[in-house]
Amino acid sequence: MSVKERDPVSGYKTTGHEWNGIKELNTPVPKPIWFFLIAAVIFSVVLWILMPAWPTGTGYTKGILGVDQHDSVQKQLVKAATARADWRAQLMAVEPDLVKDDEALMQIVRETGHMLFGDNCSVCHGTNARGSMGFPNLVDGSWLWGGDVKTIEETLRVGVNDAHEETRFGQMPAFGRDQMLGRDDIITIITYVRSLSGQPDVATAENQDVLARGADLFLDNCSACHGEDAKGLTMMGAPDLTDGNWLYGGDRQALFETLWNGRQGHMPSWEGRLDAVDRRILALYVLDLQGRAP
Amino acid sequence: MFGFHYKLERKAIGFVIAIIIAASIGGIVEIAPLFTIEGTVEDVPDMRVYTPLELAGRNIYVREGCYACHSQMIRSLSDEVERYGPYSLAVESKYDHPMLWGSKRTGPDLARLGDKYSDEWHVRHLNNPRDVVPESVMPRYGWLLRTPLKVEDMSGHLAVLAKLGVPYSQEMIDNAPSDAIGQAQPDRDEAGGVAERYGDATNIRVFDGNPSRVTEMDAVVAYLQILGKLTDAAHRQQDAEIPGDAS
Repeated sequence: MSVKERDPVSGYKTTGHEWNGIKELNTPVPKPIWFFLIAAVIFSVVLWILMPAWPTGTGYTKGILGVDQHDSVQKQLVKAATARADWRAQLMAVEPDLVKDDEALMQIVRETGHMLFGDNCSVCHGTNARGSMGFPNLVDGSWLWGGDVKTIEETLRVGVNDAHEETRFGQMPAFGRDQMLGRDDIITIITYVRSLSGQPDVATAENQDVLARGADLFLDNCSACHGEDAKGLTMMGAPDLTDGNWLYGGDRQALFETLWNGRQGHMPSWEGRLDAVDRRILALYVLDLQGRAP
Repeated sequence: MFGFHYKLERKAIGFVIAIIIAASIGGIVEIAPLFTIEGTVEDVPDMRVYTPLELAGRNIYVREGCYACHSQMIRSLSDEVERYGPYSLAVESKYDHPMLWGSKRTGPDLARLGDKYSDEWHVRHLNNPRDVVPESVMPRYGWLLRTPLKVEDMSGHLAVLAKLGVPYSQEMIDNAPSDAIGQAQPDRDEAGGVAERYGDATNIRVFDGNPSRVTEMDAVVAYLQILGKLTDAAHRQQDAEIPGDAS
């Protein structure tokens, strides 16, 4: 080792090396670095003792606190379930149709329902529950399968056209593709159906004969499901054609597509994901949204 | 004590040995748990394998980098369990090579996505996410609907996984291309063997809404609809441990 000398300006020793007249100071490691390094080492040693840490080849050191993530999450879930048990029991004790009159319960329904709806329903029915093409609007008061609490609960439980063994089954046949109706007849029915919901410029003085033929065709082909008055049958999941709400669009193009290729929407069953209380909360929640929709 | 390091870094061989010892501690901590992997992965009798169509979908999932924004692991935290369902078990990724747990969630976790939404929703959402979720920042994957699925090499994919320990039989490997076609076209003859080889619970249907051909969309939707459905083990465990919430 080369001879050390002290730098007169800083007071530190030099390393003894010299490059073109420049000497390097041998500055010691700053005290704060030592402090944090030692503190970190002590911290980790304490953690190794308290928490699961080192693999041993046949297992791992469990730590003296006995922390196990699976146990702690189960404890938290049980605790949360216990905390909810009271109002869940209250909610189920009240007649479903009367819950809306109980302001305290409705407050819970709104808070919990908002979370449940956001996590499970909103991607199809929209965060505002207004749906989109093919996914029903839940606040327009137009229900395919019926809109009381019990019926909505059942729809949530079994789904529509799902693999669930009790699922609701609803199908708009492909009248055109399956050659049940010709192209001209379909176009005539479309004109008639559009006139039912009072869309402007559909019924005119000149096309009364078209509408009359459309009415006959409707009676023969459509009324079995949609009803003779075209107000739909919730038993079949057949929509009301007079209310101006259209799941797949009410313009001629969309209606032609509907009649030609048919429609068969699919709503999954929620029985495996949401329990009976959650399903009731959701039914009450969407009805509450509907009631407050402008 | 501080003088020890000062001396050590002046001895080349000694310092190299010290570096190797320090660095290998990190390696041992990562490798040693694999010695006990048999005890870590739960023993579940109903765990089923991916069908060739689902595997093709999984390959597309990897190709498109879906894992960069979507995790496939529900952590053992109560808020995650409340939102997504039972936390993920090791056995659920037993046949995933490589696993797609991920750690970044720009989008939601997908570990229990199977059967949650309809096929129609998945098709429209992948085609253009904004069509169904206006707030979404996910990119479009519209070409999946237009690109025919490549199935000729599926036997090779199954064979590799069989080498890695996934229990594909020789019959499954040999019939992989036709099984991939059949699962998405229930009206064709090829569909017959799929349920026979992979079980009656297998989803055999038109996934992309177009029965006339098998596209990459068919494969991706088939894969997404099976996520979390390979075994019921996680649900069984949760039901057993939290009796109060099942009503």
